[in-house]
Amino acid sequence: MSLQDFIDDAISPWLNDGGEDNDIVLSSRIRLARNLDKVPFPTSGKEEPLEKVLEYMEEEFNGQTFNGFKDFQLAKMSDLDPVEKRVLIEKHLISPNLAENERSGAVLISKNEQVSIMVNEEDHLRLQIYYPGLQLKQAVDTAFEIDDWIEGKIGYAFDEEKGYLTSCPTNVGTGLRASVMMHLPALTMTNQMNQIVPEINKLGLVVRGIYGEGSEALGNLYQVSNQVTLGKSEEEIIQDLTSVVKELIDSERRSREWIVQQSGIQLEDKLFRSYGILSNSRIIQSKEASKCLSDIRLAIDLGWIKGISKTILNELMVLTQPGFLQHYAKKGLSPRERDVFRAKLIRERLTMEEEK
Amino acid sequence: MECQRCHENTASVHYTQVINGKKDEVHLCEKCAEKEGYMDFSNQHLSMHQFLTSMVPLDSAFKKNQSIQPETATQCDYCGMTYGEFRRKGKFGCSHCYESFSSYLTPLLKRVHSGNTEHVGKIPKRIGGNLHKQREVENLRTKLQEAIQAEAFEEAATIRDQIHQLKQELEEERKGGEA
Repeated sequence: MSLQDFIDDAISPWLNDGGEDNDIVLSSRIRLARNLDKVPFPTSGKEEPLEKVLEYMEEEFNGQTFNGFKDFQLAKMSDLDPVEKRVLIEKHLISPNLAENERSGAVLISKNEQVSIMVNEEDHLRLQIYYPGLQLKQAVDTAFEIDDWIEGKIGYAFDEEKGYLTSCPTNVGTGLRASVMMHLPALTMTNQMNQIVPEINKLGLVVRGIYGEGSEALGNLYQVSNQVTLGKSEEEIIQDLTSVVKELIDSERRSREWIVQQSGIQLEDKLFRSYGILSNSRIIQSKEASKCLSDIRLAIDLGWIKGISKTILNELMVLTQPGFLQHYAKKGLSPRERDVFRAKLIRERLTMEEEK
Repeated sequence: MECQRCHENTASVHYTQVINGKKDEVHLCEKCAEKEGYMDFSNQHLSMHQFLTSMVPLDSAFKKNQSIQPETATQCDYCGMTYGEFRRKGKFGCSHCYESFSSYLTPLLKRVHSGNTEHVGKIPKRIGGNLHKQREVENLRTKLQEAIQAEAFEEAATIRDQIHQLKQELEEERKGGEA
């Protein structure tokens, strides 16, 4: 596999298509949790009915096309090797939880990888759709169309009072989790995130790092999503989330301006040093790599580094994770080998951009 | 060199980072490095049910009625899950559990969903037009109030007619159902 092919593989095609405020919002995601009526949930541990669910989904949806979403392919967890599963997890097409369900777990993925439907994760069906930039409304509308298409062939578990019934009570009602992936380097640098996060939590929304542990957000990438799924309509959930995200975008832009005004040359120095590290290092761990990638992305947004695609941040964040590295290397790699390979891959990727 | 964290194994992962002149050295064994996230940061996800089971004092419902044994008293008659099991896992066994455990559910839902207990969003198509229409009447009533407050009386009149129309349809369906 050539590097280019591999990257085409690593970055889902939908990610390249812009979207609103895409200097700060990398992607919008809608997830709907749905269950079949009169079938025990995957959390019940009863395997036979779940195998039937899988069989039915394969029969009805494998190879199908719906509107713009072509050729849904079903992949059973039992047919995938550990590295393949890992790659799907790193691309956020499946969850680690699904990967563990060897018996009845599967995923339907549209050809452009914009839509994935997990079968027998925590719920029978987890429909997920991604859009680039800030496009929650668009995403929810499309998710509804797909939801109706699926419902045409399946009876959902629904209660007039409680809404869509899910195995975890935190999802009941709309079954909707709307989330937005944001790159917030200036708010992080100026220590404002520590103050902002508790405020956002008070509004029933959650902010967390997409990569990294606890309060640390590797690559300055944050996910903002709704917590409440009951008692609010999907439109309200989206509106609430969108207005908070817009606030965050404004604050991030103001902070960027402020830093450039206050200490432009220092910032420029810092960002270009990171560029230097990524272009030259021979061993790099993921933590440092993600920090430098965030810096490069900021420098691109500020117009200081030209000729490198914006998607390099999301792309290399995915690409330099263990699963992908091993997929590219076509062999298992020890942690130390991974760091060498990661450095090599990033260098090659940057050279490729320069040659363009 | 021994591992800086566990001080047991030999350190085999060495990192030296120089950021803006500040030198940082870390020496760990593979196990600790993995644990500390030096090698791997993809396999982390929040376990919501751990949160749930720790934050919801559902026992309060039982304390008022000591004669009921929570582990055995309530069981879902469809999937067989007991209430105790639900508490441990934080997840239901089937859609019928919502009904089986409904008496304990309200405080839990309130806590998790900012005080809400009733669904107001999307409705499956096959549930039937009746519920859709009822919901629409409710929505239109809110809009009517807003229009009146804004003194947009022409709009209010249109909304009132729409409500009237829907109510008539609902009435006819009800009669049809009885016949």
